[in-house]
Amino acid sequence: MTDWVLNFPTLDIATLRAVHKSIDAAYKTFSRNYGDAIESAFDPLLWLLIKFEWILLNAPWWVIVLAIAGICYSASRRVRLSLGVIVAFLIIGVLGMWEDTMRTLAIIFVATLIAIAIGIPLGIAMSRSDRMQSFMTPILDVMQTMPIFVYLIPVVMLFGLGKIPGLIAVVIYAVPPVIRLTNLGIRLVDQEVLEAADAFGAGTWRRLFGVQLPLALPNIMAGVNQTIMMALSMVVIASMIGVKGLGMPVLQAVTNQYFALGLFNGAAVVGLAIVFDRVTQSYGRRIQAQRQS
Amino acid sequence: MTAQTQEGIHVGHLYKVFGADPASVMPLVHEGIGKQELLEDHGHVLGLRDINLDVSPRSIQVVMGLSGSGKSTLVRHINRLIDPTEGEIRVDGEDMLALDAAALKQLRRYKISMVFQRFALFPHRTVMDNIGYGLALQGLAKRDRGERAARWIERVGLQGYENSYPHHLSGGMQQRVGLARALATDADILLMDEAFSALDPLIRSDMRVLLLDLQHELHKTIVFVTHDLEEAIEIGDRIAILRDGEVVQNGDSQDIVLRPAASYIADFTKSINRGRVIRVGSIMEPLRPDLLGPDCPHDISIEEALPIAVASPGGEARVLNGEGEPVGAVSLGTLVRALGNDRERDRAAAGNAGQAAEAG
Ligand SMILES: Nc1ncnc2c1ncn2[C@@H]1O[C@H](COP(=O)(O)OP(=O)(O)OP(=O)(O)O)[C@@H](O)[C@H]1O
Ligand SMILES: [Mg+2]
Repeated sequence: MTDWVLNFPTLDIATLRAVHKSIDAAYKTFSRNYGDAIESAFDPLLWLLIKFEWILLNAPWWVIVLAIAGICYSASRRVRLSLGVIVAFLIIGVLGMWEDTMRTLAIIFVATLIAIAIGIPLGIAMSRSDRMQSFMTPILDVMQTMPIFVYLIPVVMLFGLGKIPGLIAVVIYAVPPVIRLTNLGIRLVDQEVLEAADAFGAGTWRRLFGVQLPLALPNIMAGVNQTIMMALSMVVIASMIGVKGLGMPVLQAVTNQYFALGLFNGAAVVGLAIVFDRVTQSYGRRIQAQRQS
Repeated sequence: MTAQTQEGIHVGHLYKVFGADPASVMPLVHEGIGKQELLEDHGHVLGLRDINLDVSPRSIQVVMGLSGSGKSTLVRHINRLIDPTEGEIRVDGEDMLALDAAALKQLRRYKISMVFQRFALFPHRTVMDNIGYGLALQGLAKRDRGERAARWIERVGLQGYENSYPHHLSGGMQQRVGLARALATDADILLMDEAFSALDPLIRSDMRVLLLDLQHELHKTIVFVTHDLEEAIEIGDRIAILRDGEVVQNGDSQDIVLRPAASYIADFTKSINRGRVIRVGSIMEPLRPDLLGPDCPHDISIEEALPIAVASPGGEARVLNGEGEPVGAVSLGTLVRALGNDRERDRAAAGNAGQAAEAG
């Protein structure tokens, strides 16, 4: 018997299939039993997403353009950047992609909010204990290297198609950078400054909110920036499970070979990405510049 | 000892060992194992060994020593930024080691404040908010905080910089903020860990003047860490010299310069300007009834006494105590001899000290 020397000793097909089947069956039972309960737990998020989308779709277009430019200016204090943002949104509107862009904006916004709400506490926990850090790091590594589509399978099995599974998939994919950079940012805070906070009698919380988080903010913003970028890159894939927005037309364009449609919508995604990127980055740089020469 | 009711800071038989399991090596430390041996054979760092130090209220105690001698470790025990492995720490009679977290916080907010070597200002707060930090922790309303901070800003000479961020200021100005931040809380005790070491010599001497000025008004109990003997002598009422985590000598500047307890300290004092440091009261000889004048106060330096002695016919002067009574005499010979860097004398002094320590 020298077979195993030449051929890799594989489980025979029947066993392998049985293994797959039993895992699938277990997960299916799980999702049949708990799917509805879990789904209803996400109702508040769905509500938030729908409301926000409704506002973006129903407010007059110029109010939204001005609001976005205003947010952009207050974060970055850069006039040219803010004007650029106005122009980008006007072009998007003229090319007939306003509605899809608003839908995408809504899901990115809500996904980012959730990612921040989950990511910053986890990052803080990681920064406070080395055990937590060594436990989380491999998980985050797997989350970031696992092919995106793999996330979609269990989410879809649990929730079916629609907004919620889309949102969850986007959040899972996009959350690691906030976690990592919150952790990093807090760990990088100058020890002597922390000692000063202790020496003046700041407790754990005052030190966290008064010193550690503010000083980690430039790094946290870099994490938020990456999170938004990753959320945007999920948009097309999320459209495969029924999330409306700029991803849908791109997907249609791929299956039907509509080159121009794909190009325009792709460009709109890029435009959004640039806007988010510049705004969050220059906000981060601005607070950084205030503190260091 | 009467430490329980005593004002000021009392440190008794304090030991600090850094490492994974300090308790396990404490027997060795008590047997007197060397710092090097403890590190190489047992993987623990000896931070402090059997420190006994009493700081009287409203005085400046300097802690001096070379890098790694344990100065920072020692001051950080006083507000318990570091916990001891063994020993006793009392502040105004209160057992610091018995305090729970909440009481410790209160103590740090109201009673002990600290100035740091690299300033340790909060880079995201303005000068005003940095100085008000301790006040915010005390729970003062923003307006009162602002008023008090403004007073301190003025007192340390930083008017006009209220709304600047620390990085806009020079090192000296940053440390003025650090000092004002520490003083603003009205704490009785001020810990200063090499507070002026990072500054240029000129700025440094400005800061010393500022500190002594403030001390003249405020009468804090100050523990001042430095590795600079001149600074120690200028500032300290008493100077404790640390070496490898042990106090080698604790005395006033005259003790340190005239009676160094070890050659290690004599090495420190070699480069000092003795004429300015040594006071005639510390080197005077017994008074002879036939000597009638001229007079000089006991607390002037050799430099100041020399012209007086030179001007007198016999080359001698009487030394008066604080009440103006003559208590001793100095001759030109005494004054000049005290100026010299006499190695033999230093060695003898160190030898005597050693014998005295063994005998006692
Ligand atoms: N957290 C720590 N863990 C291990 N060893 C420590 C720790 N803190 C201090 N030490 C050691 O304790 C000794 C005293 O250190 P300390 O910082 O008190 O010295 P220092 O006199 O303040 O020196 P410097 O002038 O460099 O500030 C040194 O040998 C140092 O390596
Ligand atoms: Mg030090």
